[in-house]
Parts: sequence; structure tokens; C-alpha cells
Amino acid sequence: MTSLPEKTERALGLVIDLDTCVGCHACVVACKGWNTEQYGAPLSDMDAYGAAPEGSFLNRIHTFEVTPDAGPVAVVHFPKSCLHCTDAPCVTVCPTGASYKRVEDGIVLVNESDCIGCGLCAWACPYGAREMDAAEGVMKKCTLCVDRIYNDNLPEEDRVPACVRTCPAGARHFGDLADPESAVSQLVAARDGMDLMPEQGTAPVNKYLPPRPKADQAPDGEIDVLAPLLEPVAEPGGFLGWLDRALGRL
Amino acid sequence: MHPAPSIILFTTLSGLGFGLMIWMGLGFPGVTGWTAFAFAALACGLAGGGLVASTFHLRHPERALKAFSQWRSSWLSREGVLSVATLAAFAPYAAELWLYDMRLAGLGWLVAALALATVLATSMIYAQIRAVPRWHHWTTPALFVLHALAGGALLAAQTYVAALLLLALGGVQIYHWRKGDIRFREAGTTAETATGLGRMGRVRLLEPPHTGRNYLLREMVHVVGRRHAERLRLISLAAGCLLPAFLLSALPSGHLAAGIAVLLHLGGVLAGRWLFFAEAEHVVGLYYGRR
Repeated sequence: MTSLPEKTERALGLVIDLDTCVGCHACVVACKGWNTEQYGAPLSDMDAYGAAPEGSFLNRIHTFEVTPDAGPVAVVHFPKSCLHCTDAPCVTVCPTGASYKRVEDGIVLVNESDCIGCGLCAWACPYGAREMDAAEGVMKKCTLCVDRIYNDNLPEEDRVPACVRTCPAGARHFGDLADPESAVSQLVAARDGMDLMPEQGTAPVNKYLPPRPKADQAPDGEIDVLAPLLEPVAEPGGFLGWLDRALGRL
Repeated sequence: MHPAPSIILFTTLSGLGFGLMIWMGLGFPGVTGWTAFAFAALACGLAGGGLVASTFHLRHPERALKAFSQWRSSWLSREGVLSVATLAAFAPYAAELWLYDMRLAGLGWLVAALALATVLATSMIYAQIRAVPRWHHWTTPALFVLHALAGGALLAAQTYVAALLLLALGGVQIYHWRKGDIRFREAGTTAETATGLGRMGRVRLLEPPHTGRNYLLREMVHVVGRRHAERLRLISLAAGCLLPAFLLSALPSGHLAAGIAVLLHLGGVLAGRWLFFAEAEHVVGLYYGRR
């Protein structure tokens, strides 16, 4: 049944740090690699070596420019994938029951053998998290690497989504956002984590951490937060000092 | 949104077909025998043809039967169940009219109610989508239901009622357009809320995630063809509502006037339905710097 569960036991999801993301697209590649080779229909590419290549991806990195009222413009890299919403509109529109939200961990999944490829779930998602695979004709979306996180055949450090495992900047975190004691929940609390499009009423599980204020925008006008900690550079005295001044005058 | 021909044909034709079934179910026109057969065949042809057209939109039509299972939660599933139920009730009702010259009033009312519910369910497939603010409004079901009632009355040769309903349809259509033009702003979704970066300043896309196109852009960021929107609105309004209403009230009733009115109405509705999709802006476009 594509009704949403009243409550999920856990709410597994991602916390994405917009302050740390360097926009390298490594998570995009890791995601595509894992999800092409493992569970479900592969993520196909169309016209891969032609003039207009395109393909299915479950994770994409946008880059935005933010212009404040005063001060310099900021560039923010912005990874976007399924937010595993608590009130996922993509699930309830599904006519076949292929889309569902798991009671045990809140992951939103697609049963590909039930998907008729009508595309209505992709319309219902405000975030563009679902893409119909052009070759298979079934809806593809982030599974939170459900075939990694519970996989006893993998070493323990690999039992996280591929995007999290690969991120060289440590900008992606995985955990249970329903547990206020979890590391991700505490991160969200400490860094004022936010929802995307809260007005759409989807109650996303994934949270985004806003970029920290930059040093040159600090209220006290300090150029670098570490600057006061630096030792002042001592002017050399004696013969070396004389030599330094004499050479400088030459 | 991408104006897929299969969906435009489906919603337009099946709307007309179920609209005719509503009127026939209520006993208009009061025909029996072969005349009733002709009307019933037209209604079934339009409704059935529309439903067949809708399956062309599916990538896995062989699994279409599964779509009848989720009627508790999904409007698309409800629409499927209701349309089949309507056809199932309409078939014996029409057969009685055709073969026994008899109208089973109770069954007729059931047919009318089911057909109306089907059209309502079709409209809710679109109206429920919050991510498309233009659709997420009561005018969407009002528009679809009036399309069905007016077009059905036109086909059922209910001249005066049809003329009045066509004018009402025109009014709702104008309101739907005008309201639709400000719905996106009313929804309050912007690049700033989409990224959560509004607290820092104004947000603009600097680099898209990919150089080529993708499913999302093709399906939901369809901006081609909005250029002629104003002209198409006028055409749709004139051909779909005003001209047929004028023809019905000014010309002596007959097959020729009715035929012209029906064809004009169909053309106008198709243009309007094309706009319904082409003009609808999905909030995901904000992530791509366009709407």
C-alpha cells in the first residue's frame, strides 16, 4: 500500500554540509558506480559518446552564487539527492504500490518490478529526486544504498551510502535523524541544520548545514579567526638587522 | 510541464466521453433503440479511446493492471478504478436503452455519479501536485468537471444547457489562467527556499550539475512554446467556449450546427489542455535557474 507509515522506527538520512562541500562530484560518480553495478536496474547513459550525452543519476551537484546585501558574493556547491521525506508526496501518488516508505528505517524505495513508468512520482517530488531511466523505463531514486548499509559482507566502515564513504571533504554524514542522540542529529542541532523548501510540506529527513560565516564577514572585522593566535614577527636586531636594512636600501 | 500528446488526448477525449455518459445517465437525450446505440458508442469510443491513449504514456503498459490496486491513497489509481466501474455500469444501462427501449433510472444515476467521479479523479491527479502551484488549486477540478459537463451537454444535444455551461467554462478558464499566473509566487517557493541559502542573500544558479539535458528538464522544465501562450489562450477561449455557445444559441439546431460546435469545442479544449501542461511550472526548475 502506498500510504505513508504513521511513524517510522528510525529515520535514516543524510546531513550535507554546504560549508565543507568542494563541489568535486566524487559523490555523483560513487553513487552512479555503486547503483549501476548493484541493486536494481542499472543507471543508463544515452548517447554517451555522442553530441548530446545524458544519463540517469540519483545525486547531482548544483553550484549556486549567493549575493548578500553587503559584502562579497559566495559560491556554494549544493549536492542534491532524495531527502527521504517524512510526508513523501512521491509515495502516495503511486498507483501501483511500487513506491513505498519503509516502516523500519524510513527509506523511500521503488519496487522496480511493480513500476509502470507513469512518471507521476517524479512530478510529485518538488526536489527532482526521481529520474526515469531511459533504457529500463522504471523510476530510479536514491536508495540510501540500502544494499550497503545492512550488508554484512562489507567491512563495517563501508556500511554507509557510497556518496558518504567517498566524500573527500567529509561533507556528507549518514545516520538516524529520529534519534536526538545520534551524531547526525547533534550535528544538525549544533549547526542549525535546515530543510529544503519547507513550505512544500514534505518534512524532509535529510538536512543541510548552512555555510558558516566567512572570516572576512565576521562582525568584529577580523580578517582571519586564527590571526590573534599568531606570534608577531620579531624584527631582527644587531648585525643581521643592519644587513637587512642596508640590503633593503640598495 | 511536458505537454505529452498521449496525456492531452486522454484527458480531453475521456473527459468528453464521461461527460456524455453523465448526461445519458441522467436521461438526456431521451433516446432509445439505434439512436441510443449511436450515442452510447460515441461515449464509449471517446472514454475508451482516451483511456487507451493514456497507456501510451506508460513505459511498462504490460503492468497496467497493478495500477488498480492503490485506490486508497492514489488519485491515479482511483481514476483507473472509477473509469472501469463507470464503463461496467454504462454497458448494461446502454444495452437496455438500445435493445429494450427501456431506461433503468437507478442505474442511470449510478452511471452519472461514477462518470462525474471519474472526471473529478482525473483532475485531482494534477490538482494534488503541490510542486506545480498552477495546478494545485480548486480551479483545476472545476475546469475539468465543467469541460466534461459542457462538452457532454454539447454531444448530448442539450443546446441551451450546453451554451450556458460553455459560458461558465469560459469564465472558470479565465479565472484559472489569471490565478495560475500568480500561483507560483503565492506558493512562496523560490531559489532561496529551495537551497535554504536565502538567509545569506539572493541565490542564482552559477553552474548546472550537467552540461546536457536530463529527464527532469525534459519532463518538468518544459519552457518551449510558452511564447504563443497569450494567442493560444484567446484561440482556446474563442473556439472552446464562446463560438460554440454562440452557434448553439444563434443557429437553428441541427446536425450541422451541432457538428461544427463540437469540432470547434474539441479544438479549443485541446489547445487549452496543451496550455494547461505547457504553462505549468514545476518548482524543480528553481534548481536549474529557470521555470
